[in-house]
Amino acid sequence: MRPFVRQTWALTRRYLTQMEPAFIFISLVQPIIWLLLFGALFKEVVRIPGFGGDSYITFLTPGVVVMTALFSAGWSGMNFIDDMDSGVMSRMLVSPVHRGAMMASTLVYQALTTVVQSIIIVLLGWALGAKFPSGVPGVTMLVLGAVLIAVAFAALSNGLSLVTRTRETLIAAATALVLPLSFLSFAFMQANLVPGWIAGIARYNPVNWAVEAGRSALAVHVYWGTVGSYVLFLLASAIVAGVLATRAFRSYQRSI
Amino acid sequence: MKAAPAIEAIELVKTYKGEVSALAGLSFEVEPGTVFGLLGPNGAGKSTTVKILTTLSAPDSGAAMVGGVDVAKHPERVRRIIGAVAQESGSIAALTGRQNLRLQGDLQGMAPKELTGRSEQLLDTFGLTDAADRTAKTYSGGMRRRLDIAIALVHQPEVLFLDEPTTGLDPEARADTWRALTELAARQQLTILLTTHYLEEADQFASRLAIIDWGQIVAQGAPDELKAALRGDSVVVEMGDRRGAGIGERALLQLTDVGSVALDGTALRARVPDGARLLPSMLAALDGAGVQVESVAVSRPSLDDVYLHFAGRSFHSAQEVAA
Repeated sequence: MRPFVRQTWALTRRYLTQMEPAFIFISLVQPIIWLLLFGALFKEVVRIPGFGGDSYITFLTPGVVVMTALFSAGWSGMNFIDDMDSGVMSRMLVSPVHRGAMMASTLVYQALTTVVQSIIIVLLGWALGAKFPSGVPGVTMLVLGAVLIAVAFAALSNGLSLVTRTRETLIAAATALVLPLSFLSFAFMQANLVPGWIAGIARYNPVNWAVEAGRSALAVHVYWGTVGSYVLFLLASAIVAGVLATRAFRSYQRSI
Repeated sequence: MKAAPAIEAIELVKTYKGEVSALAGLSFEVEPGTVFGLLGPNGAGKSTTVKILTTLSAPDSGAAMVGGVDVAKHPERVRRIIGAVAQESGSIAALTGRQNLRLQGDLQGMAPKELTGRSEQLLDTFGLTDAADRTAKTYSGGMRRRLDIAIALVHQPEVLFLDEPTTGLDPEARADTWRALTELAARQQLTILLTTHYLEEADQFASRLAIIDWGQIVAQGAPDELKAALRGDSVVVEMGDRRGAGIGERALLQLTDVGSVALDGTALRARVPDGARLLPSMLAALDGAGVQVESVAVSRPSLDDVYLHFAGRSFHSAQEVAA
């Protein structure tokens, strides 16, 4: 266990060292557009009978937090592809490094990035007038939900990068997944106002679990049992995705 | 008692999907503490062999031992006793030289104190102390390669694999790299397996060589032994065109003292017991056959000739086929 932890930490530190700080800010351009433009465009939807709420920004902010986490997690596999091209991946694989530590370090790094991004988006939403009645505990649960969906999706992206080994395929697959997964959830629209089939799919969509966990944790009356069960489902998804993605190293090694 | 081999490859076979076999029953042994060269053109199977020996890829059949450990059965034990430098860099461009060494030491589970001392020592040996706190992407090609080798050595491996370590380096950087390596090999009991397609490099640095072609070892021995197997001199006659070379080949084969003649593009390579003495009669024979000679050179056998002799084609033509 100890070598695993030490290796995971050494590799996480590597990703933190080589991170371009500008990356966090560039990745915030999209959520700013969502909050400012999309938020303004649909400002009046709260008046639709049955929407139940008085501010669309308050409704939208958790959705944007989760979608942004998803977007940056989709790129996670690029770390591995860069390593494959530069020979770093081969060097790791012939060193006594746990495959699990190689996977876990990228996920820890992704989780840390998501925490920073999510907090900035929450502050932006707050500046634009969003209300978070339950305060810090609610925001913490929103960030936790975003982190868990980011970890699950980053693991998927990593696994895909090990199988496809090309940038183009990875980007295409990640972008093809992010928007549908976001639209097949209640990120932008109240559950009782979306078509029945979308509501049906959303129940089984982990992205929606993260949105719902965050939004219910931020409500005036919080049902912590509901929030907790969403978080447990997300945790399970993240673990399953991480384990499956680690197995993809075998497929990579067979191909070289 | 003879020491157990540091590396042992037994009948390795490997075929990539939809391709001709990369390895077709490759076997060899490397004695501990020696520098062993695997020599062959691109595509001959050198990199595949290294990938199998370093646990990166698995053979279809056959077995391999490194430091007496079976690479297929205990890959994690093999990884602890080897260092490997692949053709691509392997060092992380965004980290400094020192950070790169520290990362590898952490991954190898070295004690922090030991790691610091070892890093400084390696930076010194490879002339990187002044550049230690610059990111690797600012390094020249030669410095980057030396850093790659230093990374592979940080945990004091028993066996070092170098896959085309000097490809793409200018002659000066190649010389620097080799100077650092030979110094190191002399100081500690390190077994080195290197692959190269530079004949001179193999000749100069390897104490034993195996010539590999089409996934098989076609000859092995010390460079001098291999050269001695080809008695006499090598005479290379450049004919300028293929037709002339074809006629010239038949003309030279008429001469009783000419051992063998091989066609190498538009050139003829003949083996003769005494090149200087026989040259006039060879030129006379070519003249008699009515073909023009562009140039002629007499030389002691080189590894190039060894390669031609054992692989049945010249090294350069094999390179062209592979390219």
